[in-house]
Amino acid sequence: MRFSKKNLLSLAGAILIYFLVYWLQAAGVISAFQEINLMMVGINIILAVSLNLIVGFTGQLALGHAGFMAVGAYVSAILTTNLGQPFPVAILAGACTAAVAGIIIGLPTLRLRGDYLAIATLGFGEIIRGAANNINYIGGAAGMIGIPQLTNWTWLYLMMVLTILVIVNFLNSTHGRACVAIRENEIAAETMGINTTYYKVLAFAMGAFFAGIAGALYAHYFYLIQPATFTFFRSFDILVMVVFGGLGSITGSIIAAAAITIINAALQDLAVLRMVIYAVLLIVIMVFRPQGLMGTREFTLDRWVPKRGEASGSAGN
Amino acid sequence: MAVFLQQIINGLSLGSIYALIALGYTMVYGIIQLINFAHGDILMVGAYIAFFGVVYLKLNIWLAFIISMIGSAILGVLIERVAYKPLRNAGRLAPLITAIGVSLFLENGGLMVLGTEIRSYPAGLITSAQLPLAIFGIKLTATTLQLLILAITIAMMIILQYIVHYTWAGKAMRAVSYDPDAARLMGINVDNTISVTFALGSAFAAVAGILLGLYYNTIHPLMGIMPGLKAFVAAVIGGIGLIPGAMVGGFALGIFETMVSGYWSSKLRDPIVFLLLILILLVKPSGLLGKNNTEKV
Repeated sequence: MRFSKKNLLSLAGAILIYFLVYWLQAAGVISAFQEINLMMVGINIILAVSLNLIVGFTGQLALGHAGFMAVGAYVSAILTTNLGQPFPVAILAGACTAAVAGIIIGLPTLRLRGDYLAIATLGFGEIIRGAANNINYIGGAAGMIGIPQLTNWTWLYLMMVLTILVIVNFLNSTHGRACVAIRENEIAAETMGINTTYYKVLAFAMGAFFAGIAGALYAHYFYLIQPATFTFFRSFDILVMVVFGGLGSITGSIIAAAAITIINAALQDLAVLRMVIYAVLLIVIMVFRPQGLMGTREFTLDRWVPKRGEASGSAGN
Repeated sequence: MAVFLQQIINGLSLGSIYALIALGYTMVYGIIQLINFAHGDILMVGAYIAFFGVVYLKLNIWLAFIISMIGSAILGVLIERVAYKPLRNAGRLAPLITAIGVSLFLENGGLMVLGTEIRSYPAGLITSAQLPLAIFGIKLTATTLQLLILAITIAMMIILQYIVHYTWAGKAMRAVSYDPDAARLMGINVDNTISVTFALGSAFAAVAGILLGLYYNTIHPLMGIMPGLKAFVAAVIGGIGLIPGAMVGGFALGIFETMVSGYWSSKLRDPIVFLLLILILLVKPSGLLGKNNTEKV
């Protein structure tokens, strides 16, 4: 975090967007339907960016992101609904529990490579869902209802910016470079003295942490969470956003998460046909652009802001 | 003891269906290292082809089996040509995403065309009678349907073993899965061999789909999701890419699953299956029959 012109400009842009939407909302321009989708865009951006850290930057194919989201959603909902804790505490606790879950699942399974890791994490997601289905304290299959609606635009935007900021800065640090090195060539990275297990688990735990935040925001916006919300289809959805945006591109994930959420909302009236169109789009886009929208490139402000010496450390790699 | 033996009988028939699906997964994985997530949905299509054949065209069930196998094989090859072939050199993740896309397409296309209605095969299609069975004086129940499922599965496995080990196509498949580049240099048409693999796997899935429809007496457009996933787990447990591994994994998973439902709770069945998967992966990542490969630089 340097106070370069570019960073200040980004900050100003971020604040501007916040107040713009805040004002639109206060003026009643945004309808209820649009608000729901605005919230989903934010939540999906958090999920996609955090999964990109694991899949895109560290190169570990994980299919259990919905599981971490479920952990965050349930833990935070228990804290606010059953134990009467304030919202920030609930978000933090949900995120930390998800991170711990990430470490617990990551430590043993990250020894596995590629597809084995994928199926192990997918299995983990299903275990979480199965557990939620069988615990009566959190409502079993019927889920939890009556969660207070505490998520608003301010919380959502704050958490979204926090997620992006932390992950981008992490990626530009030594640790982030180590993660990218593992993606590029695990054996070479290990030979260079990088503790691969440590960094893989770190990336996994960080991804899980932010997925937990997304889960907490989700639970406190829709006041209802059910195990059926967190199936592996949810994990697939997030993975689709990441791959669609480009593995290893944070801005790509943000654009893809927003685009896919909005496309989904726009096709809402078509019922089942919506999913068919979605599936066809997915196949067509992947066949013609397998590297995703952005590839590993980032959308940066460099083009418009004159460089000042070394101060132009852009996001990503 | 009676419960134990009874669950083994139930597990064998369920496990043989898993094994049939797992064979398709493992063959495709063995040849192009792709988790074909659409495999479970091909099973559903196969079940429906047979359903419409039997109900509207008044076909004999055995003829319906054959037509369904052919139809599914064509579908499998088509999917491979359209969705996977263009991405053969695009890394591992891109085809995985299109596989998810194909899976979503078949599921939701199925829901759109066929509706959410749950159908079942006409009664009396296969006469299922109770078999009086007694082992060491313990009375057990088995139906002729269960016996039939087991028999069909074993027959299919023998056919597959024959194809893979004693025919040209099988030899080509083994060569391509060992080293596609070397196989191409030896004059093997790699693309056609991959298509043959998809056709075979999909035909097996069709049989599994019909058997599943007969076993649970229901078919619906989302019927393939869970069995597909379970069969993939079975393939991994047995050692993915290995044909005997898929068989062993399928039977092991089927028996384990019925044991959990029989002794414990059917609600806990799915999470425990996945827990078993993770435990096996931790102890022996290459699966029960797999060899541990150390990666060389």
